[in-house]
Amino acid sequence: MRMKSFAFIRPPDSAVAIAAQAESPTAQQGASVRFLAGGTTLVDLMKLNVEGPDKVVDINRLPLDQIESLPDGCLKIGATVRNSALANHPAVLRDYPVLSQAILQGASAQLRNRATTAGNLLQRTRCIYFRDTAMPCNKREPGTGCAAIHGHNRNLAILGTSEHCIANNPSDMCVAMAALEAVIHVTGPKGVRAIPFAEFHLLPGETPHQETVIQPGDLITHVTLPPPVPGNKSLYLKLRDRASYEFALASAAVVLTVAGGRITRARVAMGGIGVKPWRTREVEAALEEQPATETTYQRAAEMAVQGARPQSENAFKIELAKRCLIHALKLAAQPA
Amino acid sequence: MAAEPLTSPKIVGKARPRVDGPLKVTGRAMYSSDHHFPGMLYAVPVSATIANGKIEKIDTATAEKMPGVRAIYHQGNIGKLFRVSVSFGDLSMIDETRPPFEDDVIRYYGQYVALAVADTFEQAGAAADAVKVTYRREEPNVERELGVERLAGVRKKGGSKPEHLESPKVQSERGDPEPAFEKAAVTLDATYLLPAETHNPIELHATVAVWDGTGFTLYDTTQAVVNARNVLAQMLGVPKENMRVISKFLGSGFGGKLWPWTHCALAAAAARQLNLPVKLVINRRSMFQCVGHRPLIQQRVRLSATQEGKLTSLRHEYVNHTSMLDDYEESCGEGTPHMYSVPNLRVTSALARRNVGTPTSMRGPGAVPGLYATESAMNELADLLKMDPVQLRLANEPEIDEGTKLPFSSRHLRECLTTGAEKFGWARRTPAVGSMKQDGLTLGWGMASCTWIAKRFGCTARVELRDDGTAAVSTATQDIGTGTYTVLAQITAEKLQIPVEKIEVILGDSNLPEGPVSGGSMATASVIPAVMAAAGKAAESLLGVAAKAPGSPFAGSKPDGLAFQDGKVQAKGGGEGVPFGEILKKAKMRGVSGQGSSDGNFLDPKPQFSSHSFGAHFVEVTWQPETVRLRINRVLTVIDAGRIVNPLAGRNQIEGAVVMGVGMTLFEQTQYEHGTGAPINSNLADYIMAVNADVPKLDVIFLDYPDLHLNEFGARGIGEIGLAGISAAITSAIHHATGFRARKLPVTIEDLLGAPAQA
Ligand SMILES: Cc1cc2nc3c(=O)[nH]c(=O)nc-3n(C[C@H](O)[C@H](O)[C@H](O)COP(=O)(O)OP(=O)(O)OC[C@H]3O[C@@H](n4cnc5c(N)ncnc54)[C@H](O)[C@@H]3O)c2cc1C
Ligand code: SF4
Repeated sequence: MRMKSFAFIRPPDSAVAIAAQAESPTAQQGASVRFLAGGTTLVDLMKLNVEGPDKVVDINRLPLDQIESLPDGCLKIGATVRNSALANHPAVLRDYPVLSQAILQGASAQLRNRATTAGNLLQRTRCIYFRDTAMPCNKREPGTGCAAIHGHNRNLAILGTSEHCIANNPSDMCVAMAALEAVIHVTGPKGVRAIPFAEFHLLPGETPHQETVIQPGDLITHVTLPPPVPGNKSLYLKLRDRASYEFALASAAVVLTVAGGRITRARVAMGGIGVKPWRTREVEAALEEQPATETTYQRAAEMAVQGARPQSENAFKIELAKRCLIHALKLAAQPA
Repeated sequence: MAAEPLTSPKIVGKARPRVDGPLKVTGRAMYSSDHHFPGMLYAVPVSATIANGKIEKIDTATAEKMPGVRAIYHQGNIGKLFRVSVSFGDLSMIDETRPPFEDDVIRYYGQYVALAVADTFEQAGAAADAVKVTYRREEPNVERELGVERLAGVRKKGGSKPEHLESPKVQSERGDPEPAFEKAAVTLDATYLLPAETHNPIELHATVAVWDGTGFTLYDTTQAVVNARNVLAQMLGVPKENMRVISKFLGSGFGGKLWPWTHCALAAAAARQLNLPVKLVINRRSMFQCVGHRPLIQQRVRLSATQEGKLTSLRHEYVNHTSMLDDYEESCGEGTPHMYSVPNLRVTSALARRNVGTPTSMRGPGAVPGLYATESAMNELADLLKMDPVQLRLANEPEIDEGTKLPFSSRHLRECLTTGAEKFGWARRTPAVGSMKQDGLTLGWGMASCTWIAKRFGCTARVELRDDGTAAVSTATQDIGTGTYTVLAQITAEKLQIPVEKIEVILGDSNLPEGPVSGGSMATASVIPAVMAAAGKAAESLLGVAAKAPGSPFAGSKPDGLAFQDGKVQAKGGGEGVPFGEILKKAKMRGVSGQGSSDGNFLDPKPQFSSHSFGAHFVEVTWQPETVRLRINRVLTVIDAGRIVNPLAGRNQIEGAVVMGVGMTLFEQTQYEHGTGAPINSNLADYIMAVNADVPKLDVIFLDYPDLHLNEFGARGIGEIGLAGISAAITSAIHHATGFRARKLPVTIEDLLGAPAQA
């Protein structure tokens, strides 16, 4: 456990923070300047020498820690809102239970008290080789190879992988946000951008070190959730070895509207199995305008794992993911 | 049988919280790595990133020039470190016998190749990272398949050495199992695989080494200060008198901290060379590499029985992996010969060499993995016989230990089984797989028996009676978190008949009279006779003082006309007793003390009795195939472990062991990666252990029959037995719920996904 020396600054406002980070040639792996939010990803990786910024910019005192309901019915969640505050917020509990459940099934109470919205969006993979500098890893050191493909890959992805990287995105919160069609708001050196959730994370392809569309100087300021769909039911189901404090082997966030035994609207995202929070319109289409029955769920589940590319240790995730989605749909469609 | 035990329910036998509890919850308890000294330096090892090969070059040039760096040690400059004459009898035990840096050969991943020492921890870490090591790498062997079937030909008479196996041994043998097996009505031949498991106490191994020019004081995370002193004195080449080892509190050890590891000698060597205190705390990754583990074990069990369920033969063959240099043997057959009545039996063992660190004892070494296999086989046999597993065990209860032909000192397994079955509600079990339901979940019920050796190590203790009415008891054993401070206070208080609050317990320092290791669940049983003797001697001195000292109210009496009772001195004929504190005050003395010793019987070549603890676990799991979710819902354990000195601490040991058993059965496995040979999941996120949410409803019943052949109170140890048998009980419950028969641990989601569909 060692850390190289770095400068630590606490900017008075967002503009200074943005300018400081914009000096880094990248906002992806290898960034020389990093924002510090809860630190539960960043400091961990700095101790492992996986991250080695020269400068750390503390954004915890910037006014980004509020949750507000907007006039258009959206919910605005500040970048530094703690995960526990978000999960326990009355509006979230009432309108977006899937988000609350997803967060509360992640990490531990202590970690959730530190972790933030933006930090969670940018948490890194738990691939063992990524976290061990003695091992080759294309994501950490492009061009060194992927040790996981022939190594320990039980927890890694079966969807969206490339021959260069099979790392999964471990976040629970992100899976719920994908299903809720959240929008990520960024302020960068060139102004503000709103990024639909589905466009935020990238596929590894040949550049697994590029994980998101975040550019140098981009500060995530907040996330918005679209207004809740009346009559919808949402829930998060997470499957893992032990009962708590473990990343998902497979998880499902479902947001369903069911009327008269038919599914009228479906939003579905899955965790634990994809290189990014995994949402496909086809799965949702397979559910919409269909009867809320086992056969429908089965079909959607088959579709959800279509094209899965299992590795030496994680073929079981195909069946596990299917059961996870089917059960989640069943629970969500149950009449209250 | 012997007379009534010498206890009153007020002190020994009373559930009471830890006497050291307040120190721990207020942070005042000083653990080894809490010790700081002026000018102290920090050491961080450099670990090999290959598992087999040679060091070609160590380049320390950059590291040496880094800020704060005092030295980079390696094979070329660490100085002389000596090999140890390993002996259990002399308490000089070490599992990894090669002193660190002895040669340039790498035999396991993570082996220390250099040590960076600097002013701060961060500087030492940065320097360690900057040491460049070039290796000549060879393919490591971390093959999981150990080849237990090759043991089939090993018999006492004849039989050749099986290929690729080391040290084949017949551990126990009677009758002729082969023909009995051939002829039997019902037979079972099953092979069970246990993965390597890593000890993961919260407290990392640590040594703070202080050199004073002639001798060492080591604040070390050890479960055995006397052993650590003996071993490290030899390794560093100083007389025993010049080595003091202190371990006042331990953040648990589970056996991993019984014997010293290579970092201990490194810290001491660095402190001596630099003439400054050095602190070395290993990291979690090294915990998986360099400080032992429960080895990977393959066990084959062959059972045969009559149609009525009477065992006719039992063969138990096992192979464990060990390191390239050391012969660590996991004695899985320890409990096999005495557990059940069976005329024909053979227990055979062997080793398989792998490129792994040297294994070591982990809670319940031998019996825990052994009983997983033999008790699982008993459960499988019961199913083949269509017989209730409790009944099968009752039908094979032996009269004597058929392995040693000795009578049992005290055996109540039958009562453990019947009491457990009754309290659990076992009679309601319907045997068909998946046939029990509750709240939309499938239930599975399973059970298994357990046993653990009950012996004593040698011990010397001192008891001091003081003028303020308090007493002190001291011995060089240690409290590894199990409650030894409390138990010692209780037994001393019992003997002196004064309140527990008036006893000071002093442990964890090799300068004290030699006490036992905290291992084998034997510390409590071992200290009792020595403390009894010491207290008796102290009382004798007190009576001498009372009879002689001018100020004493008994001055002029004969010492043998006086008695020490209930903390008071009294004339034998009767009359007022005077508290010992007052006698000492009047005699103007600070205190009187006595020293007492007792022999161990652990290595006794001619024991009179077969001494073991026994128990039975009953387990309920819930199973939800839709989500592949299996959870342990409740566990009831009945334990026959002699007299329980402190039921609260005792219960705590059994509960903790059962929870560890949940981890062992469902989650824990150290995975050695082919290619690199690294224990790859070497962190607490990827090495899955049970967390609070996995803890089932726990019930513990102690039968509390004193085993007076062992010591005056009839107390045996209880640290390990709770982990024995639990895996077999859980896997039988899993089978009952899911139809999946686990012959390998842990039972994973992957396994259960394939569970047969059910009604
Ligand atoms: C032991 C452990 C267990 C865990 N278990 C789970 C689990 O089960 N499920 C789960 O989902 N997660 C889990 N996590 C991950 C945890 O949720 C994340 O570490 C956390 O959400 C990260 O948030 P943070 O605020 O601490 O991020 P930080 O570490 O502060 O930041 C992470 C990254 O985001 C960047 N960043 C932060 N804020 C901004 C911003 N406003 N704009 C731009 N960039 C920014 C930082 O520079 C950094 O690169 C676990 C973590 C640990 C350590
Ligand atoms: S899967 Fe990705 S993160 Fe893991 S080793 Fe391969 S490249 Fe690195």
